[in-house]
Amino acid sequence: MLHILRQIARTGIKTEAPPAPADEVTLMARLNRDVLRTLGRALSIRHVDAGSCNGCELEIHALGNPYYNIEGLGIRFVASPRHADMLLVTGPVSKHMAVALKRTYDATPDPKLVVAVGDCGCNGGIFGESYASLGRVSNVIPVDVAVPGCPPTPVALLAGILAAIEAHAPEATEPTYDATRDSGSG
Amino acid sequence: MNLAALGLAGAALPSPVPALRVPVSSGQVLTACRLAWEQDGELVALWLADERDRKRGFTLRVVLCDRDGLTQLELTLPDASARYPDLSLIFPAAGRMQRAAYDLMGVRADADDERPWLRQSGWPAGRFPLQRDFVAPPTWEPADEAYAFVKVEGEGVHEIPVGPVHAGIIEPGHFRFQVVGEKVLRLEERLAYVHKGIEKRFEAMSVRDAFRLAGRISGDSTVAYAWAYAQAVEAIAAVTPPPRAAWLRALALERERVANHLGDLGYLGNDAGFAFGLAQFSRLKEDVLRLNQRAFGHRLMMDYVVPGGVALSVTAEHVTALREQSSTLRREIEILHHIYDDHDGVQDRFRACGRVSTSLAKALGLAGVAGRASGRPRDLRCDFARAPYDGLHVRRATRTEGDVAARVAVRFDEALESLRLIEVIVDAMSPGEHDIALPAIGEYRQGLGYVEGWRGPVLVALETGPNESIRRCHPHDPSWSSWPVLEHAVIGNIVPDFPLINKSFNLSYSGHDL
Repeated sequence: MLHILRQIARTGIKTEAPPAPADEVTLMARLNRDVLRTLGRALSIRHVDAGSCNGCELEIHALGNPYYNIEGLGIRFVASPRHADMLLVTGPVSKHMAVALKRTYDATPDPKLVVAVGDCGCNGGIFGESYASLGRVSNVIPVDVAVPGCPPTPVALLAGILAAIEAHAPEATEPTYDATRDSGSG
Repeated sequence: MNLAALGLAGAALPSPVPALRVPVSSGQVLTACRLAWEQDGELVALWLADERDRKRGFTLRVVLCDRDGLTQLELTLPDASARYPDLSLIFPAAGRMQRAAYDLMGVRADADDERPWLRQSGWPAGRFPLQRDFVAPPTWEPADEAYAFVKVEGEGVHEIPVGPVHAGIIEPGHFRFQVVGEKVLRLEERLAYVHKGIEKRFEAMSVRDAFRLAGRISGDSTVAYAWAYAQAVEAIAAVTPPPRAAWLRALALERERVANHLGDLGYLGNDAGFAFGLAQFSRLKEDVLRLNQRAFGHRLMMDYVVPGGVALSVTAEHVTALREQSSTLRREIEILHHIYDDHDGVQDRFRACGRVSTSLAKALGLAGVAGRASGRPRDLRCDFARAPYDGLHVRRATRTEGDVAARVAVRFDEALESLRLIEVIVDAMSPGEHDIALPAIGEYRQGLGYVEGWRGPVLVALETGPNESIRRCHPHDPSWSSWPVLEHAVIGNIVPDFPLINKSFNLSYSGHDL
């Protein structure tokens, strides 16, 4: 136990503090605010691998590490689409996953957001459309935001999640976050 | 392999590991496999090629590996109605490979299990995507798949279907458990959900460009696949990349191993209820990925290994950072290793859980990390050390317990050994060019690539067509032989231990489903 506590103390807090504006940390602060404004509560995401090479999954995992600390922003990955506000879908949609993806979408309560992840999710990527692949996610279910990258970095994923939230925000939001202003205005 | 004992002779097959191509008859396939089995050899891969355009029907290719190297048996089948011997009688892992080969190419093995393996409802039965004259149906309707799972009957037995969409952030697959109470009587896997037609896609790409596709067969092993692909191309073109390219490839491969082992060690702690482990290891993994971005231009090092060399060299500044990171990581991992070892709760979950005995591992051909944890001390970096591994003297990690604890221990040992290798590599790395221009690549040539990825050995078998096209490319993931072993590893364990056991194997879905 002593070793564990010592390691925790030695490691310190790795979550990146908001230093300068217009960087990834500012982005995370905006995300946090807009999630609360739009949903009035934490955001729950259901991830669906619809045919990915698993590269995107590695970067989605990275969102949970102490540097990005996505749970600290009130964003959780949940085990069931019925608990989800958002689907994060990776891969070109393989024909073998099309039914499961549609069912997952149908099981997600309204209002639901869909973020397609990676070059494959955006346009089929290197796999394209074929006897086995239906290509981009929007060929199978409606998509709010597509995040390019092979795979997208954790910061790009956060930006994509934010964009989907903003697109559904009930009121207009400022283009950039200003910590000195009352977050209720605008 | 001692082919003379069988009255067979082979011709050299271009490959980084000694390899022979051996034409065989139907009976000789079985005899050769039996001989390999007796001499502790193993089945690496099995696939079919459509040779009808050259009036040779179909060819079955079976790659075996023993201490002498690789042997590629080639059996010509006159047409799709011909059957070839069921090799699963000798190598059980052949069963699914044979079913997959039928789904894609339409020639059956003479085996009892005729259920599809890679085909679900994606394309009609009786149509075979890898046949050269295959045309995808113009319309396609999603449909449920009917699959005949084996059921256990009896009082109190019930069935738990899981997937394809899982509770966590993992790849899709279906697991069908037959249980009594909490105890697992039987697990049957149903994979192929992420089949995206990779082998067919290769045939529409040029030999020079397809390294990008190879690097996306299983994203977590992008360096291993891209290197194996590059080896196959270089073997065919008969070129050797400059020494610095070999050093940089090994550097990238060892960093891929470190990153994946760190990720697994974190999730294994987490699955045993020790969230501290995930927080610690995932931060260390992020440190690795961030330095990858700086030094190799990509967090996962995708598209870093290219045929002929590597995409870019590392600078002196990065060499310093790489060396420093290795020594920091070594210290951190050793601290965490002690914490895991001393934690009774974690060890209670790890020990005796999901055990695979050495004899079962041999019988089923368990490969890679999981194989080394079950007393199969195979590691291509030691067994067939090629530059730069020939000068590195990799210490192979092995355990014999075959449980989750052993698979954790192998990962700890290998991560530390890889960090040692990285320090040696950055100090020993020779200056000079980091790539070489490829000459024109001939048609109808075959070559192999074989690399010890972090999960296990990755094979890429490449055959060229006219004008630097790809005639056939068969990439083979070590997960093929390990997935069936997972079904055995969970027998008698309780259902809640399945995620832990599954994670301790951490097999690839995408690399298997192709």
